[in-house]
Amino acid sequence: MYPAYMKGSLDLVEQTRPKRLEIQKSGKPVYPPMTAEERENVLQRFHPDYKKEARRVIHIGPNKGESITTEVADMLEAHSRIEPELFDLTQPDYETDILIIGAGGAGCAAAIIAMQKGAKSIISTKLRLGDANSMMSQGGMQAAVTPQDPPSRHYLDVIGGGHFDNKPDLVRALTEDGPDVVKWLEDLGVVWDKNPDHTMYVLHGGGTSRKRMHSCRDYTGAIILRTLMDEVRNHSDKITILEFMPTVDLILDHKGRCAGGVLYNLETEEYFTVKAKATIITTGGYGRLHIRGFDTTNHYGATGDGLIMAYRAGAKLLYMDSVQYHPTGASFPEQIAGFLITEKIRGAGGQPVNKHGELFVFPREPRDVESAAFIRECLERHNGTQTPSGRWGIWLDSPLIEIIQGAGYLAKNFPAMVRQFIRYQIDITKEPMLVYPSLHYQNGGIEINAKSETNIPGLYVAGEASGGVHGRNRLMGNSVLDYNVFGRRAGKHAAEYSKHVTLGKLSLEHITAYENELKKARIKTDRIAPVLLPSYTPEDVRKRQLTAHYEGTLR
Amino acid sequence: MTPKKKAPARKKSKSPMPVKSKVEKHGVPVKMVTVFIMGKSHRVPAEATIMGAIEYAGYQIKRGAGCREGFCGACATVYRLPGDYKIYTGLACTTLVEEGMWLSQLPVIPSQKPVYDIEKLEPDVTAFQVLYPEIFRCVACNTCTKACPQSLEVMDYIQAAIRGDIEKVMDLSFDCLSCGLCAIRCPAEIVHYNVGILGRRLYGRYLSPKSPELEKRLREIKEKKFDKDYKKLMAMNRDELKKLYYARDTE
Ligand SMILES: Cc1cc2nc3c(=O)[nH]c(=O)nc-3n(C[C@H](O)[C@H](O)[C@H](O)COP(=O)(O)OP(=O)(O)OC[C@H]3O[C@@H](n4cnc5c(N)ncnc54)[C@H](O)[C@@H]3O)c2cc1C
Ligand code: SF4
Ligand code: SF4
Ligand code: FES
Repeated sequence: MYPAYMKGSLDLVEQTRPKRLEIQKSGKPVYPPMTAEERENVLQRFHPDYKKEARRVIHIGPNKGESITTEVADMLEAHSRIEPELFDLTQPDYETDILIIGAGGAGCAAAIIAMQKGAKSIISTKLRLGDANSMMSQGGMQAAVTPQDPPSRHYLDVIGGGHFDNKPDLVRALTEDGPDVVKWLEDLGVVWDKNPDHTMYVLHGGGTSRKRMHSCRDYTGAIILRTLMDEVRNHSDKITILEFMPTVDLILDHKGRCAGGVLYNLETEEYFTVKAKATIITTGGYGRLHIRGFDTTNHYGATGDGLIMAYRAGAKLLYMDSVQYHPTGASFPEQIAGFLITEKIRGAGGQPVNKHGELFVFPREPRDVESAAFIRECLERHNGTQTPSGRWGIWLDSPLIEIIQGAGYLAKNFPAMVRQFIRYQIDITKEPMLVYPSLHYQNGGIEINAKSETNIPGLYVAGEASGGVHGRNRLMGNSVLDYNVFGRRAGKHAAEYSKHVTLGKLSLEHITAYENELKKARIKTDRIAPVLLPSYTPEDVRKRQLTAHYEGTLR
Repeated sequence: MTPKKKAPARKKSKSPMPVKSKVEKHGVPVKMVTVFIMGKSHRVPAEATIMGAIEYAGYQIKRGAGCREGFCGACATVYRLPGDYKIYTGLACTTLVEEGMWLSQLPVIPSQKPVYDIEKLEPDVTAFQVLYPEIFRCVACNTCTKACPQSLEVMDYIQAAIRGDIEKVMDLSFDCLSCGLCAIRCPAEIVHYNVGILGRRLYGRYLSPKSPELEKRLREIKEKKFDKDYKKLMAMNRDELKKLYYARDTE
């Protein structure tokens, strides 16, 4: 239930609705989209990335001297959890063809394809199989299948959305594989939304010039990932799943090829070694680092671990200066602050309006531009609505969707969303939602090529952990596509590579070398990375935990 | 969510834990309640979710949290309320605490998942007969439905599976989180969520009508129809791309 003081503003949203409906029906953009200069201006002034403290120079490793996101630099300039000399690498605890680190969409897709190519794999995962950002995507997946939408048009949208920084061969792979991913997933049993004439039901998303957002109601991620997980579990002879066993560092061989990893059993606190001919990192993003103090949409284990272990082993990172804030995270009620409100709400006609019920931005600008415009509306123009705890918010007019698309549309197409709010006595078919940008996606990552290879032989990366596909700004629907396209590619190429590679002597010397680099750069820190899990233990409790020892943030 | 009766009023509980001095947020005093986490009492903010309360009390969750948003089903929780004989079920990440709530998370719910080859199944009742014969023991008690934090018609989708009505299984189980709360309550020992997944995969694979447009597009890609366009775009410099991008039409 909204507090009484918001009533006036809520009334204004209602009063302006008929007028806004009319504009919507005219078919023209409901608000003039920004020009290139206007976009640049609002980004410079209001996007959190452009604040001075948001970035700093990293002093060691492959990207030394580059300016990257401050919190990421802090994590990279940290100690390993392990002491290399304690491991006897001549007796690995597990041996396999491929070690897959992470069990989200990219990890599961890679495991399935690798299995079909005859390679055995071990999946190391931090939480349970499928506890991942992939489980949470609601909006959908882009893929160009309609006659008016050639995949090359998808290419143009992706490149423009990414501010022309994307690696062209990766964007081609992403967009050209798209239709086949739709088909592959359907053959595995994914239930796509369809039109009555059997064509795919597609909608717009931010930054799309054609309708190409495929969905499974608003449980798109859950439906896709549960299908992939079920298929992974159907092949227990070839795919071994190690849950609550995150990887904390990579193992190389004497020639510098990736040869597996060191795993940590979260519950028994033991460490294990896995020797693998090829390794695929699919650890996803870093929302739980709470960059710039923002709330996040991400799952509990999203702490950017893959970046850290790969960087220590010498892999190059790309575009680690760019963070994606999703324009529409929940701002009220407090309990769900940061929760994602899918962009499809705007795709279906939901309009963002200020406290006067007025439109102030085109609803489908690229995410960074849209977010910056929301922040400007609140912080500069003071046209936002403030919650009792002091958060800012913009109204997202969901009842309008019920008028445009017909009564019952929200309940049918956004059941998760309706459910989420009704718990707090907010009926989004009748009242708008209050939203504000939330930390959502890691735009950059470990640099890959179109085969998902990195600069380290035998190390592959796919999904949100990788960098280059989306340039400096990912568009909605392209990362579900990304983890499928590059998860499959990583699985294929790692399987082929694993057939002919013969590993030499295993080594953790790179950990020692990195430690020396820290020393040489005179970096004094007690930080340990990866952090594995965030800690939400209140300060006063921590003070009483006199004998607790924190590694990273994990006790 | 499970429908619940309002708990009868109860005297202010005396917490044996040290009561934290006044808790404030932005200068406003926070209303607190007493909950019993695995039997131990803790004072926590009245507006907290169960997950928030567990963390507020000082636990570092390892098992029992995934998405933290009601999608993954990692946080199945059982609880009782004072003066009420009922056992309630909910998701820790989306259920709010209540005064006197006695709760415990379920770290894992044991379940079997028969392995199968989707290509070798028929999209009818035989798939369920072979893989999940126990569903035919359903006594229609509706306990699963009552336990479901997603308010799904769980019994109905099991009954649909028994009839071989795959579309109905798909439709009714669509929003299932595999939290397992139905399965621990079921007297017939059915693993509902895996039955649901099978139903959905059978529907997607065999019954969902195939899109003619998609088939056409796949042929076009195979014939390299977009090769030329791609080459042209990939050869463009930033300014040329920018111009093209900002001038593009929108559907
Ligand atoms: C709420 C939400 C909604 C979204 N909606 C959309 C959408 O509509 N469309 C879209 O395209 N994209 C969407 N996204 C983005 C998209 O879902 C993700 O970017 C994508 O799923 C990432 O897939 P992934 O496999 O790379 O990583 P994830 O799915 O996050 O998987 C990473 C896995 O690695 C594990 N892991 C982490 N560290 C370690 C370690 N050290 N060792 C072992 N395992 C580890 C994690 O536990 C997890 O299992 C959304 C994201 C969120 C959070
Ligand atoms: S059907 Fe069962 S497993 Fe699925 S959400 Fe409901 S209670 Fe949980
Ligand atoms: S709880 Fe079990 S026996 Fe009872 S209705 Fe549900 S499936 Fe049938
Ligand atoms: S933590 Fe995922 S459903 Fe609660």
